[in-house]
Amino acid sequence: MTPELKGFLLLAAIKVVVGFGGLLLAVALVTWLERRQAGFHQDRLGPNRVGPKGLFQPIADGIKNFIKEELVPADADKFLFLIAPALVFTPALLLFAVIPFAAPLPVSFDFELPVVGRFVHDGVMPMMVADLPVGLLFVLAISSIGVYGIVLAGWASNSKYSFLGGLRSSAQMVSYEVALGLSVISVFILAGDVTLSGIVENQQQKLWYVFPLALGFALFVVSALAETNRLPFDLPEAESELVFGYHTEYSAMKFAMFFLGEYAALITMAALMATLFFGGWDIPFTTWDESEPSLLKTALTFGAFATKTVFFVFMYIWIRWSLPRFRYDQLMALGWKVLLPAALSYLMLLSGAIWALEQLGIEQGPLYGFILCIVNLPAIYALFWVIDSGRLVFGQRLQRRTMN
Amino acid sequence: MPAVQQGPELLGSALAVSAILFSLGVAGVLLRRNAIVVFMCIELMLNAVNLSFIALAQQLGREGHVFVLFVMAVAAAEAAVGLAIIMAIYRHKQTVNLDKVNLLSG
Amino acid sequence: MQVVNFWLFSGIAIISALLCITRRSPVVSAMWLVLTMFSIAALFVILGAQFIGAIQVLVYAGAIMVLFLFVIMLLNLGRGEPTDLPGRLGSLIMLGVGAVLAVELWAVTRIVPDGAIRLPAGTMESLVEQEGAVGAISDPLFRDYLVPFEITSVLLLAAVVGAVVLAKRRL
Repeated sequence: MTPELKGFLLLAAIKVVVGFGGLLLAVALVTWLERRQAGFHQDRLGPNRVGPKGLFQPIADGIKNFIKEELVPADADKFLFLIAPALVFTPALLLFAVIPFAAPLPVSFDFELPVVGRFVHDGVMPMMVADLPVGLLFVLAISSIGVYGIVLAGWASNSKYSFLGGLRSSAQMVSYEVALGLSVISVFILAGDVTLSGIVENQQQKLWYVFPLALGFALFVVSALAETNRLPFDLPEAESELVFGYHTEYSAMKFAMFFLGEYAALITMAALMATLFFGGWDIPFTTWDESEPSLLKTALTFGAFATKTVFFVFMYIWIRWSLPRFRYDQLMALGWKVLLPAALSYLMLLSGAIWALEQLGIEQGPLYGFILCIVNLPAIYALFWVIDSGRLVFGQRLQRRTMN
Repeated sequence: MPAVQQGPELLGSALAVSAILFSLGVAGVLLRRNAIVVFMCIELMLNAVNLSFIALAQQLGREGHVFVLFVMAVAAAEAAVGLAIIMAIYRHKQTVNLDKVNLLSG
Repeated sequence: MQVVNFWLFSGIAIISALLCITRRSPVVSAMWLVLTMFSIAALFVILGAQFIGAIQVLVYAGAIMVLFLFVIMLLNLGRGEPTDLPGRLGSLIMLGVGAVLAVELWAVTRIVPDGAIRLPAGTMESLVEQEGAVGAISDPLFRDYLVPFEITSVLLLAAVVGAVVLAKRRL
């Protein structure tokens, strides 16, 4: 091995450890945030005994889960029952590997260790664990295999509640994956690139995609909620119908792994929203972050990325504690009859608009974004009109008329 | 990132692996009597063929990649229709055992 | 490195394919097949087709196999029936056929493509370098193979309609 390769491998190992360690720490904090914020929404305190503001509650929960008894139901398929939590947890962590979380950092070192030899690295280090040439497709592919853990947990538990949860989740995930993939295609069209670093760079130099792709963002948020099994789409674990859905029979650390996997997926989806539509680590209204890479720049851009991600995590939790659960047929109808046709027709509209703008010779920039944003407005109105189908807006008008 | 080193020729070995996987698929189709497992073995055969396309594409051009995309689209269509047929059979006969589905053999 | 990885994933693919066709329970079979498809995706990446590798995981592991699992669970076929494998004679004959086929195909692989139609070494790599992992495939797909591509969409539409008609009890 050459010293350069060794330096590259050393950096990669450090990034893996720091990236995943940071993600797990964030997961612990988000479980705390979820409970505190739920308390806030319901006008109560939430956990506040362990540590300042209850900040060490996740540690206490972790210890509790470690010393609980591990149960395996009679007649369960032992092997599948054991690997199912890992199958939920691993894809959620893997997804984070391709998300760029800060501006590239200049790293150069040249040192020698007694046994392993010389390490050399000179140049900028992209602040993501792996910059894959197929970036976003990797995200779609790996997020689609998270469903196996849930389905297997449901089947292997040999319990009818778990089984129904697994069945529901497999149908739900396959349905909403389609809408998720189609809403991401709108980003591909605008960026002309599938690597996440390329998408961030493009947004940084031109404009954030949330403006030209407002409807795409809305579709992405809705399908991401369904993909991560969060309310209002948490049918696979609907407590009031299925006890606890696919993880009814799980206890102790195996249950904790489902729990951690769910929150890791939540953070990753929030980070993806920030990366795809809100410029990733780009700091708005400044241009100095396009200058030479430096340590300060990396730190500040990481702060920007973290702020955006925390905002979307907050939004997720907010939605969870505000909206009621869908009925299953409503969920399927929304996925296949609303989101899929909407995403398809949005793609046609968007590619038509982009073609027209190219014919007019308008470069990607503020004007371009503004025109596309205008194009989005009637589409959003039409979608709202279809979903609403006279319930909210016209219902209120009707109510007012009858009251008078 | 250091440049990826040019690998040695893997064409022959890739085709061999593809052949083994394909014959495993054939064996599965002939051995199993559960319609769903037979169907999964057909998917395995399609995958084996895809592998040989990709291996040959390295030397004969990227059209192999395009062809694999078409194979996948056809496989997806086939899976949807095939599974619907299996469900229809199950609704009629309460079984998916292929030996018991013998209306045509009199 | 590449060769080691190649044989590692080939080994996983072959062993899990073997387990897939021998396990009694359809659910376990399906899980081994998923592992086979994953390792085939890894082989695609090793052979320089990153885009196809991602699509392989997305389409096969993410959609088609989930559909299989869904149907297995919906029809409650998870626990295997004892009649699934035919008798010893049958399996011996079938394995013999499989072995002959394997040897035959292995012999076929000794044939190297004619020098005249072979691309110079490194052509695919430089193409991917120039146009990106996706561009290298989309270019022929949307230029030379546009008509087949459009026909595929008709095929998929027909499959959707067919599946709905077959699976629905009453239209």
